Amino acid sequence: MDIFTDYTLRTVALGTSVLGILSGALGTFAVLRRQSLLGDAISHAALPGIAIAYILTRSKSTIILILGAAIAGWVATLFIIAIVRNTRIKEDAALGTVLSVFFGFGLVLLTFIQRQPDASQAGLDKFLFGQAATLLQRDVVSMAILAIIVLIILTLFWKEFKLLSFDPSFGKSMGFPIHRLEILLTALIVIAIVLGLQTVGVVLMSAMIVAPAAAARQWTDKLSIMVILSGLFGAFAGVGGALMSSNVTKVPTGPAIVLVISAVVIASLLFASKRGLLWSYMRERRNRKQIQLDAVLSDLYILAVQHDSIEHGHQIQVLRSMSTGHGGVDGSLSVLESRGLARQLDDGKWALTSRGFDLAREMTDQRGGV
Amino acid sequence: MTAPQIEIQLIASIVAVACALSGVFLVLRKMAMMSDAISHSILLGIVLAFFITRDIASPLLIIAAALTGVMTVSLVELLNRSKLVKEDASIGLVFPLLFSAGVILISRYAGNVHLDIDSVLLGELAFAPFNRFSVFGHDIGPKSMIIMSAILILNIVFLAVFYKEIKLSTFDPGLAAALGFSPALLHYGLMSMVSITAVGAFDAVGSILVVAFMIAPPATAYLLTDRLSIMMLISAFIGILCAISGYWVAYSIDASIAGSMATMAGFIFFLAFLLAPDRGIIAIARRRVRQRWEFAQVMLAVHLHQHQDLPPGSYENHVDHCYKHLNWSLPFAERVISMAKEDHLLTVKDGYLALTDTGRDTARQALTQS
Repeated sequence: MDIFTDYTLRTVALGTSVLGILSGALGTFAVLRRQSLLGDAISHAALPGIAIAYILTRSKSTIILILGAAIAGWVATLFIIAIVRNTRIKEDAALGTVLSVFFGFGLVLLTFIQRQPDASQAGLDKFLFGQAATLLQRDVVSMAILAIIVLIILTLFWKEFKLLSFDPSFGKSMGFPIHRLEILLTALIVIAIVLGLQTVGVVLMSAMIVAPAAAARQWTDKLSIMVILSGLFGAFAGVGGALMSSNVTKVPTGPAIVLVISAVVIASLLFASKRGLLWSYMRERRNRKQIQLDAVLSDLYILAVQHDSIEHGHQIQVLRSMSTGHGGVDGSLSVLESRGLARQLDDGKWALTSRGFDLAREMTDQRGGV
Repeated sequence: MTAPQIEIQLIASIVAVACALSGVFLVLRKMAMMSDAISHSILLGIVLAFFITRDIASPLLIIAAALTGVMTVSLVELLNRSKLVKEDASIGLVFPLLFSAGVILISRYAGNVHLDIDSVLLGELAFAPFNRFSVFGHDIGPKSMIIMSAILILNIVFLAVFYKEIKLSTFDPGLAAALGFSPALLHYGLMSMVSITAVGAFDAVGSILVVAFMIAPPATAYLLTDRLSIMMLISAFIGILCAISGYWVAYSIDASIAGSMATMAGFIFFLAFLLAPDRGIIAIARRRVRQRWEFAQVMLAVHLHQHQDLPPGSYENHVDHCYKHLNWSLPFAERVISMAKEDHLLTVKDGYLALTDTGRDTARQALTQS
């Protein structure tokens, strides 16, 4: 495979997988705390930070631009919190306002920079849509170092963050500085987001926060497993997207990563054990069949009790009219017959076998009589 | 002003009013982020319709895009109803996927057409006047102006016809359903309107600034009034203000027009956030301060009321005792006393305090109120 031989592809795939692990792991907390769209807001809001960092330093070094992005994302988060706390504007409108205004302001700055005569701004707008292909090895190394630091902090504060995600008021009563922990966790999420900006871009970064975590949530109820799974899904999407965009011409990396992670989400929603839609559909179907089966068995029993012997046959129409509301009489009868619980008499009528009669009586007794 | 300048401001104002009108209901129904989702995913509809018609000017594009917008809403609701993901996460899952699909289709198959991602995301209002619309050879104005005017009229007609129903279902969905209005029908009607407006506006200002026009003016108006009709008027007015002031800011610093308008929207929101009567944070802070002093005066009155039966000149009623008893600092107590004196709650003689009749009433009222 060319992923081991092609230098550029290897760099890009490494970068996107580091990004996937980080955003997947931290996205778990954002999704659990119902802050999925905060990622969207932070990534858009980072744009003016990038522009201001460039205007102030005239440097295009990744670290400086990312620092600017992080500060802007952080300020935007504070604005959102201040609006929600102090006014009756709800979180959705606060997010929408801050996101679009910061982004608009970023655009103003970006176009302003572009139209300066001395402009050497080329490369700033890669933050808009992301250009994974421009990732250099040293970018990947600095991303990896930052990611490791963030993950270490995450492990150190594991217990606290867990508490914060599931029962912050209990945490407060235990004496944890919940407010400061919230700030720390949000800061980590901001770092994860701005690290991804130059790879997948402002618009699609939110998907990298939400999607891996939403997929992982379907497979487990344990936080630790969810964080690990989410990180793995993120890494898988990163590598998958990088491969897809290098093998299919003219497919940008960011959208390719989003397509891969969305496929993972759809598969998880359908097939995840326990929660998956497919399993729950099958479970529902099986339950419905069982209920229909029990109903026909008990109808036959009622008829048998009302008549002199279990040899007395009953027409299928009678059973159908008794089963109004659940249906499936014909199918249930043939299942009962194959299990030796009911039999069809020579004249086409139906009756219980003695085994079926005993089972039905047992069931009826358990329910407390007919 | 040249004719194109006037036309740009006119187009922007029409876009702003159309967006603000539907945005009011998004903000009130706590669905502001739906505008973000819709404005991104309509890209897919535009691209698909473009592949069918091969004509960038075809009206089918608008219809297809609006349908994609409505589809986004129903996909989000489908995900919500599966109860596998929370609402915020389902928005964050749906629109990046649709948007990515759109971006990939554009960059793969539509490379040479006038359909590039930059203009889709950011819009290019400056070119809008050059795309003319003519009937029988007569030039009747820029195309986007004609389209947006039609959309604005559609908005106004829809809101005028269903005003009562939408108002009721926004503020009391339970009652609306009980009275026989179909909440689902109104919801989808509104969402179709938002989609159509977003499509029209998207062409002029780009997808992210659609969000700025839809959410920021209504959120600002929400801080200024409690009446729906006035909120709509204020939103429309603020929208126009953003459009025109934003244009001149962009003109004077030679920067992105749409970005400047969003920045102005943020600036006006920020002013309202600070200065709004009753709901601005300055008003809130002042109210808190005033309440603190008022409460202190009442406390003092209650304290004196408890000891009013003591003979005049008792130590309990002396300034030196009161402030210790109430656990106040002396300067604070002195200020409270002088304020209370101004309000004729008490009289001071040689450092001894005595309630007036008004003061006694105040104390009694405070004691019986709870």
